Parts: sequence; C-alpha cells; structure tokens
Amino acid sequence: MNLFLAQTAWELRLAFRRRADLVLVLLFFGLVAALFPFAIGPEANLLQRLAPGIIWVTALLSVLLSLERLFLADYEDGTLDLLVAGALPLELVVLAKTLAHWLTAAVPLIIAAPVVSLLYNLSAEAIGWLLLSMALGTPNLSLVGAVGAALALGARRGGVLIPLLVLPLYVPTLIFGVMACEAALAGLPAKPYLLISGAIFLVMLFVAPIAAAAALRQAVE
Amino acid sequence: MALFEGRELACHRGGRDVFENLTFALDGGDALLVTGRNGSGKSSLLRILAGLLKPSAGALFFQGNGVAEDISDYHRHLCYVGHAEALKPVLTARENLTFWNRAGSGEAVTSALDAVALSSLQDTPVRLLSQGQKRRLALARLMVAKSVIWLLDEPTVGLDSESLGAIESKLADHRAAGGIVVASTHGRIKLPDATTIALEDHAVLRAAEMIW
Repeated sequence: MNLFLAQTAWELRLAFRRRADLVLVLLFFGLVAALFPFAIGPEANLLQRLAPGIIWVTALLSVLLSLERLFLADYEDGTLDLLVAGALPLELVVLAKTLAHWLTAAVPLIIAAPVVSLLYNLSAEAIGWLLLSMALGTPNLSLVGAVGAALALGARRGGVLIPLLVLPLYVPTLIFGVMACEAALAGLPAKPYLLISGAIFLVMLFVAPIAAAAALRQAVE
Repeated sequence: MALFEGRELACHRGGRDVFENLTFALDGGDALLVTGRNGSGKSSLLRILAGLLKPSAGALFFQGNGVAEDISDYHRHLCYVGHAEALKPVLTARENLTFWNRAGSGEAVTSALDAVALSSLQDTPVRLLSQGQKRRLALARLMVAKSVIWLLDEPTVGLDSESLGAIESKLADHRAAGGIVVASTHGRIKLPDATTIALEDHAVLRAAEMIW
C-alpha cells in the first residue's frame, strides 16, 4: 500500500510540475464548450437540451489530449523499465498512474463543468446530475485510456493511434453518462443509467490495469 | 545451490540467435562481467536478467526458485540501471532519488548523493545536469534501493575517472556485504575476481565456451 501511495504521489508531483499540460486541457475544454453556443444560436431550450451531450463529448476529447503523456515519457526516459522490474506489481503501477491521471485531467473538468454549464442556461438541478454522471463516468475515460495509451507505446504516431483505439470504447460511458442527465431533465429516473456507469467503472477497474500492464510488458520487450 | 543462477539461457531477437546455452551461477559477493562489442547481446542478457525480456530458452533461479514462477518477489531483490538514466528533468536530483529510496529515511538519499558527489546539486532540476552527472545520479539509485542483485548496463558511459573510482568502490562495498553485481561493459570497470562472459559479435555462443 505504501508503494502504491508513493507511486500515486510521485505521479501527482510530476503532473503538477508540468502544470502547463493541465491548464492546456482545461482551456481546451472551456474553449470548445464555449464554441457550441455560438454555432447553435441563443435559443435557451435547444441549448439546455443539447448541453449534457456537448459537455460530455467535450470532456471526453479533453481527456484524450492528456492520454499520451500517461506512459510515453516513462517509456522514452527508461523509467518504464524500472517500473516493470520494480517492487510494486505493474498492475498497481498502472492503477496509480490512472488515478493520478483522473485527479489531474478529469477532476478539473468536473470542477469547471458548472462554469461551462452557465453558457447553456442549465438549472442547478441539471448541473447536479451532470456532475454526478461525470464523477461516475470520467474514471472510465482514464481507465480505458490507459489501455489505449499502453497499446500505442512504441507505435509510430502513437498520438493519433490512441484516439482510434479508445474512442469506440468510450461510447458506452458516453451514452449512459448523457442519458442519466437527459432522463433527470425529463423527470425520469436517472438511477439506472448511473448504476450502469458505476458497473462499467467496476469492470474496468479490474480489467484495465491487467490489460494495460500486459501491453506495457510487451512494449519494453 | 547458488543464490542466483542462469541455466542454458538463450536469446533470439530480430530473426537471429544472439546467444544460447549460457549458464552461470553466482553467490553472495560474486560478480559477473559481461563484455562484448556493440550489438553482441550484452543489453539483451541484462534485460533477461532484469525480467524485462523473456529468454527464448533456459531459466533464471533466485534462492533456488524459478524467477518466472514469482517475478514480483524476484523484482523486490533487484535493482537495474539500464542505458537510459530514467530521470525526470522537471524534478530535482534529490526528488528523483527519493522516489526510489526503499530505506525509508532521508539519510540514505543524502549518503547516496554524497557517494556520487552530487550533494551540492541536490536541489538542481535534473534538466540542468550534465550527462555525466545524470549518469552518476542514475547509479546512486543502486545505493538507496537496498537490493541484493545490482544489474548495470554500461555503467561507465559518461563517467570521469574519479566518478568511476567512486562507483567501483561502492560495487566492492556491495559485494563485501553479500550482494551480487552483474555489469555489462565494452569499456573499463574494475570488478576483482568477477566471472567474465565475453559475448561475440553476431555469433552464437556454444555451450562448451560458456558453461562454468
């Protein structure tokens, strides 16, 4: 447990030292989300209806921006060799890195989402559901993304390959995240969608570290 | 039974046999020196010993147990310093070393920085260090990792004679304390009484040449 916490703290320290990357992701999220109202027009009802989908897709694309740095720097500077040959099992290393990625790339988006929601005239209740669906769904983006980032290591133009690998796998998370918000806005129960998001998270929490660790072992061979 | 053994190891990479039937046995205090020209398979052998690369034949044993059966346990007894320094340029020398410190106390880090003459640069970001200083910092990881087996791939690259002497002294201390040192080099490093494996360039080593 100490090694896992040390790994997570190390990843967080590295991320904060490279905080320009974090700010870039946040700015991308804010700017892209701000573009849609200009394109769609000022009709409040239409914006409200489209808001969950737009904000979710924008968050998903923002997370994609930061995925390449999950393992690439470690692969290039030799750290990955030491992590594979290290005392902490590689699956837990992946989990620690994914946790740090979620904390530094996805949580800022969840915090920024209420501000972005103002552009879409969302009610406080709708913002609450949006945040809940994002809190349950965005860990999946980091977990699935870790598998994609590990598989793309060593490939030419890995930065382009990651979205191609990962985006199709993001679809269930996107669907249930958006549907939870839309159901709540329509006065229907959102709980089933949130439960399915939670179930996807639990499955990925188990599967993703194993799959990503296998890909990392392959990458260092 | 030896503490650390390799039996009939073989490596096949890039469509060619790099080496085969390579056997060694090391006890506490022993050293293995792997020599050979560029491309002769020194790094591949070190990566096999580090568990990063699977041998195409043969097996490794640590404390009598097959390494492949419990690789995590084996990794707890191992410290590998590869070609790349594995340092983070945005962190300071001390921060880089602290992460790999399994001794738990900050004194081990201070002592390791002293040993490689980097104490005065401990708060300097690694991106500002010279190549030789980065190499010394990478080697300082050995001293905080508290491992039995030290695997060093070309440890002398970029080191001046003074630094080389300091590292050789630490290798001797580690062996005197019962540790094992395996180093690959095509240069100079003093490892007294070390068993030597001379890998040939682009040639398959035969059993008769390699078994001790």
